[in-house]
Amino acid sequence: MSVSQMFITLQGVLTADQDIREEIRKVVQTMEQTAREILTVVQGVHQGSGFQDIPKKCQKAREHFGTVRTQLASLKIKFPAEQYYRFHEHWRFVLQRLVFLAAFVVYLETETLVTREAVAEILGIEADREKGFHLDIEDYLSGVLTLASELSRLAVNSVTAGDYSRPLRISAFINELDSGFRLLNLKNDSLRKRYDGLKYDVKKIEEVVYDLSIRGLNKETASEEK
Amino acid sequence: MSGKEGTGGFRKRKHDNFPHGHRREEKDNLNYSSAVIMAFKSFQVELDTRHDKYERLVKLSRDITIESKRTIFLLHRITSTPNGEEILMESEAKLDTVRQKIKQVAQELMGEDMYQYHRAISPGLQEYVEAVSFQYFIKTRSLVSIEEINRQLIFTEEAKEEETKPSSDCNSKQDHTWNLKVTPVDYLLGVADLTGELMRMCINSVGNGDMDTPFELSQFLRQIYDGFSYIGNTGPYEVSKKLYTLKQSLAKVENACYTLKVRGSEIPKHMLADVFSTKAEIIDQEDGLS
Repeated sequence: MSVSQMFITLQGVLTADQDIREEIRKVVQTMEQTAREILTVVQGVHQGSGFQDIPKKCQKAREHFGTVRTQLASLKIKFPAEQYYRFHEHWRFVLQRLVFLAAFVVYLETETLVTREAVAEILGIEADREKGFHLDIEDYLSGVLTLASELSRLAVNSVTAGDYSRPLRISAFINELDSGFRLLNLKNDSLRKRYDGLKYDVKKIEEVVYDLSIRGLNKETASEEK
Repeated sequence: MSGKEGTGGFRKRKHDNFPHGHRREEKDNLNYSSAVIMAFKSFQVELDTRHDKYERLVKLSRDITIESKRTIFLLHRITSTPNGEEILMESEAKLDTVRQKIKQVAQELMGEDMYQYHRAISPGLQEYVEAVSFQYFIKTRSLVSIEEINRQLIFTEEAKEEETKPSSDCNSKQDHTWNLKVTPVDYLLGVADLTGELMRMCINSVGNGDMDTPFELSQFLRQIYDGFSYIGNTGPYEVSKKLYTLKQSLAKVENACYTLKVRGSEIPKHMLADVFSTKAEIIDQEDGLS
């Protein structure tokens, strides 16, 4: 084969590659749009009045996740299944954001940490690499870290709204998360950088709990519950 | 701990006084078997496995790079020695050891998504492409194709009893075949590096009074340059970056050929090498200025 022929073939391969990327980018853009919509819905809980109808907001958010599922299903068929990591960068960010949103919704509903399998189910994808389009573990962990900073914000706002018991529950949750993350041996990558931010979230919530404690506000709610 | 404090340096003492670790550990013990902790324990295992594999691949890639570089140096010696065949044989043996390393890479990547670990092995593969294509050029005076490279990277275990078995026993046979595909981008980057080696070879061959090789090389480099220009910016960023260096190499070789043509008959042979090196320097300076 002559040199020019070889380069013509290679150019064809590269163009095909670019076309795939273009297709992926289009779908990812719509996914980002949906993610923003979900975020707007769940952001409502930070407003003073938002604490009453949390279940309704979660319900609404879950409806949006239906759209995400169809979008992810269309993303899946844009590239060969075994080349997931070749194009990973394109959807990495939006997938982390969606993990966060799913985790946030699940937290608001049940006050537990969503499992990786459950997120995969909410998004309509696989948890394991072997089975197709899956949720990478680092993306899952990144999403969970975003949840932590969101919850530290929620703790502050729930005090403002007069809900004094929530920060204590959030504190317990975040502390457990912190212990969990300290089990991991992270490399010096983006996940590690985001993990480094977790301690500030922990600190923030501990401060809120402290403020409540010295004013006896935590006991007040405890007696109410009795 | 208190005993340490007396002798330990400042840094150590500071660490000892840090109460955090202690307090946290107690906290951990409280909920050590909770669902969250259990989940994170499995994450730990998964991440560690992944990082270990990555490190192993980086190490293999380094070995591949070093061996390939040595092969290239060996091949450069061919211009100055009469026993070219011997050097080619030796380089073939060297490349075989490199391929053994690549086989290990392929084994590591068995059942994995190659692109997940691509960054770990990419430098090694590029260097390998450079070495193989350089050897191929010396042997055949043409460019090795990506298919040809990939064909050499299919490894089968030399377990004879496995092969004699009927082919219906598909599973056990698959277990003993590994292959690694060089990606088009790795191939392109490797070929771009090759041009630098060809430029050096051109200058070297002039030094030895070889008057034909430079023209052959300039012909070949021009073809590759045309190929890269054809791809232009369709490829990734790294490819376009190499295009600039390629241009420089080509300019050097073309100017060398020009000098040979114009003044070759006038200058005594032993001075030709000097003519070249000064010429190359001038080009370097020009490029630096622009």
